[in-house]
Amino acid sequence: MASPVLSAVKYANVTKGFLRDAVRCVSTTSSLQSPRRPKTGGKNIVLVEGVRTPFLQSGTTYKDLMPHDLARTALKGLLKRTDVNKSDVEYVVFGTVIQEVNTSNVAREASLGAGFSQKTPAHTVTQACISSNQAITTCIGLIASGQADAVIAGGVETMSDVPIRWGRKLRQMALKMNRTKGVQNQLSLLFRTLASKPALLEIPAVAEFSTGEVMGHSADRLCAAFGISRIEQDEYALRSHSKAHWASEKGLLSDVLPYKVPGVADTVVKDNGIRPSTIEQMSKLKAAFIKPHGTITAANSSFLTDGASACLLMTEEKALELGYKPKAYLREFVYVSQDPKDQLLLGPAYATPKVLERAGLAMSDISVFEFHEAFAGQILANLKAMDSDYFAKTYMNRTEKVGTPDLSKFNLWGGSLSIGHPFGATGVRLITTAANRLADEDGQFALVAACAAGGIGHGMIVERYPQK
Amino acid sequence: VALACQYRIAVKNKKTALGAPEVMLGLLPGAGGTQRLPKLVPLQTALDMVLTGKNIKPDKAKKLGLVDHLVDPLGPGIDDPEVRTLAYLEDVAIGEAKRLATSSNPRPVKKKKLMDKVIDLVLAVPFTRDYFFDKVKQTVVKKTKGLYPAPLKIIDVVKNGIENPSTGYEMEAKCFGELAMTTESKALIGLYNGTTACKKNKYGSPSRPSQTIGVLGAGLMGAGIAQVSIDKNMHVLLKDMSLAGLARGEEQIFKGLQLDTKKRKITSFERDLIYSNLDATLSYDDFHKCDMVIEAVFEDLNIKHHVIKEVEQYIPEHCVFASNTSALPISKIATASKRPEKIIGMHYFSPVDKMQLLEIITTPETSKDTVATAVDVGLRQGKLVIIVGDGPGFYTTRILAPMLAEAVRLLQEGVNPQQLDKVTTGFGWPVGMATLADEVGIDVAAHVAEDLGKAFGSRFGGGDPAVLKEMVAAGLLGRKSGKGCFVYDPSKGKKKGKTENMEALAILNQHRLTPTSANTTEDYQYRLFSRFVNEAIMCLQEGILTTPLEGDIGAVFGLGFPPFFGGPFRYIDLHGAGQLVDRMRRYEQIYGEQFTPCQLLLDHAKDSSKKFHSSK
Repeated sequence: MASPVLSAVKYANVTKGFLRDAVRCVSTTSSLQSPRRPKTGGKNIVLVEGVRTPFLQSGTTYKDLMPHDLARTALKGLLKRTDVNKSDVEYVVFGTVIQEVNTSNVAREASLGAGFSQKTPAHTVTQACISSNQAITTCIGLIASGQADAVIAGGVETMSDVPIRWGRKLRQMALKMNRTKGVQNQLSLLFRTLASKPALLEIPAVAEFSTGEVMGHSADRLCAAFGISRIEQDEYALRSHSKAHWASEKGLLSDVLPYKVPGVADTVVKDNGIRPSTIEQMSKLKAAFIKPHGTITAANSSFLTDGASACLLMTEEKALELGYKPKAYLREFVYVSQDPKDQLLLGPAYATPKVLERAGLAMSDISVFEFHEAFAGQILANLKAMDSDYFAKTYMNRTEKVGTPDLSKFNLWGGSLSIGHPFGATGVRLITTAANRLADEDGQFALVAACAAGGIGHGMIVERYPQK
Repeated sequence: VALACQYRIAVKNKKTALGAPEVMLGLLPGAGGTQRLPKLVPLQTALDMVLTGKNIKPDKAKKLGLVDHLVDPLGPGIDDPEVRTLAYLEDVAIGEAKRLATSSNPRPVKKKKLMDKVIDLVLAVPFTRDYFFDKVKQTVVKKTKGLYPAPLKIIDVVKNGIENPSTGYEMEAKCFGELAMTTESKALIGLYNGTTACKKNKYGSPSRPSQTIGVLGAGLMGAGIAQVSIDKNMHVLLKDMSLAGLARGEEQIFKGLQLDTKKRKITSFERDLIYSNLDATLSYDDFHKCDMVIEAVFEDLNIKHHVIKEVEQYIPEHCVFASNTSALPISKIATASKRPEKIIGMHYFSPVDKMQLLEIITTPETSKDTVATAVDVGLRQGKLVIIVGDGPGFYTTRILAPMLAEAVRLLQEGVNPQQLDKVTTGFGWPVGMATLADEVGIDVAAHVAEDLGKAFGSRFGGGDPAVLKEMVAAGLLGRKSGKGCFVYDPSKGKKKGKTENMEALAILNQHRLTPTSANTTEDYQYRLFSRFVNEAIMCLQEGILTTPLEGDIGAVFGLGFPPFFGGPFRYIDLHGAGQLVDRMRRYEQIYGEQFTPCQLLLDHAKDSSKKFHSSK
């Protein structure tokens, strides 16, 4: 690992203008010896701590809980872990995707339940699989604009219980029924509605509204477009499970909180979706989306998951003032978006070079990669896209390929394929894991990237907080 | 070839369409098409396909069993998406072939539906089989009036294939040869080539392809023009004088798009995206963005002049002004303009989203780039474009007018509207003349008849213009007012709600004329037809038309000229000018100069080797 000063010199040679930034950086935050420019309104923003409930497959131990229960547990765990004074937290933002209609502002319900001050406002954001990334960057915005110095960002998802609705005509009938007087009139309304053959139920699907295509279907086409075989996908999925298993056994997944679920005897202490299998077993599975010739199966996709996560963010000054030793700086971040049909899951390929350029870094400067794994094939397609001159020139408006992340630094503690993917909660897990890995692997910069429905992508640079 | 295989795989995209279109060219699906298709899909479906020639989308084809497997098109990847998609198709095909070769039950037989089982049963017995095919034949005859030989031949060939499989292919080949020699087939093939030609811009690409189009007037036409533009990704400013008028137009457009959504031509998302291209407005505020303005206001020269002067205050220098008029001469409209070189006529046909033809009218002052711009817009709107010279009635309205005058004459001679419809549809016109007059509007017809009568004199005589005028005065405006030649009662449905209009008959009785000796059905048909054809040829003679091909396309796609004749010019080429001139001479004796054949027609009659279309 090159020393920060040395790397600053190196970058000055590589990137024109960088020296100026470095000088500004040094002059404004001289005590922090960071070679990167703080792009956050002159304030350095740090991750103090991040935690999460164990991620469980939907329909298992969390099946009777409501989303705010999971979110509250994550908040309480964060309080316990950091011992932060509740009144010091000025704002709470949570991300979620499939809303429980009774708790649509789940951030508020969870923080009230966790005993935060009633005077601490909270709101909920949604941006598909990067909803809690959005919660984090919303918090960064609050801090950067001087609204707050200490905030909590989190995310939650319960796929064990989704809002299954009556069909629209039945809903309209139900609303009208309230205003209809007299049994006879009510019966007449009922029969009229039933006579129109209303659709009975609407069940939410993991499908794009604009194209009507299920995500797995799009991912399967993506794999075909990049020529990714079934065996490559199965191998990558197996890698994810093996690494997660290893990390879990070694106790590296320190962000996991124990969760005593009411009515369940044993406390949940770890994720339950990590299941290293064998290639032989995996290759027996049939295609899940494009039948029969598709390559995406249940074994090489992320599964439906329940879980919640939360992290404490502060300005560096505030953290130091309160006596914390932060884990990392949150540096540059980007959001990108492209065609929600054919490039639905290619967000990381676009976000990676963009966030690197914003930060003035090269791929080789990154020692920790944490990418969200929606599908094994999606990860491989993104890697191939970054390794393709054709793709770079034709679709990314670049002169040459981006280059691929070094796999020996890539998702070493597993990923969404094995740990699980509660849509709204994954972003905080990625950031926290990146920070924890930087410490464990003694690196300086981590790159976090994720794709999301709608063809959206996100990338963020995380920098390890200097060791004194 | 694909039909002969055991297993078919198709790429599932909007471009893929399966079908047996040969019938549309007056042919039959050769190379085993009539023999193999009925074995692959239920007979009813097979007959429907070969008799209508309609295209079947991949999803439907899979359901019918026409294809066994669908492959989704791929997006961006490590290579060009189309190349990758084909490579993928190949990979999947190889995989499937391997599976077929090794599997014991490669192609699971589809469970037959009850209806198909019944049909199978019916076909197994010779007596009921004959009955079934007779029924099919009756339906075809009813639809085609027996004027098209191909569908009937196809039924015979398919039936033979089921009864005597051994001679199936032989008979198919023989009948194919026979059909290929028919004038109907030649005419239809000529039309097909014509449509291909009318989908090209012979004026080249415009210096500035129009992106934003202003449409003035949100009536039936205006809204229709807006609809066919926004769904081709053009931005449209639809302007009307009143909020109510605008709302009506917006509703028409949304309904049109909603219909496409229900038919699954577009998704609801595509509908929303298309509808976002529409900017409905009451003001000219954004007209500085327009590359072209198409006016579809009331057909009155003063109003058109007023609109031109008004809009020219707002539109930019390069903006083309197009007038959607069916008869007002463009050069007269252009007199109000500061920039006559930017004025052009774009005559759309109603309903705009269904009718394929667009007649573009140029004046000597219209610049070449203006024409190129208008043609470009028309082609992007999916229209077949013909370009004609300026003059009263241009081409399409002008050739329709003498026929209309003759129709009025027939009505006066005691042919009632229902008979008139029967006479004309029996000749191959898709819509009867009386119904057509009601659809166009009696007031419009009267207006046009008067204008063109003034311009062309006795050649446009025949019926008494007073008939139409009196009908208008009595409020019989056609379908739009609920009564014209017929009375329309929408509550009783399209067919049942249409009955004879006693009021119209009373007016006709007042103008009753004694029938002449030319009063057989055939006479009626040729009296109408010959005047139409003669006027079309006159248009070529006078230079309104530049090519006979455009004349054929305009007549068939704009006015419903019997397609199996291929258009007035193709008709003369195939059936000879001599016989038509003879008939016209006879009518001339009886009625006078409205039946005098024009010089060009006479030239062709004199020398039968002269052709309008060079033979290939």
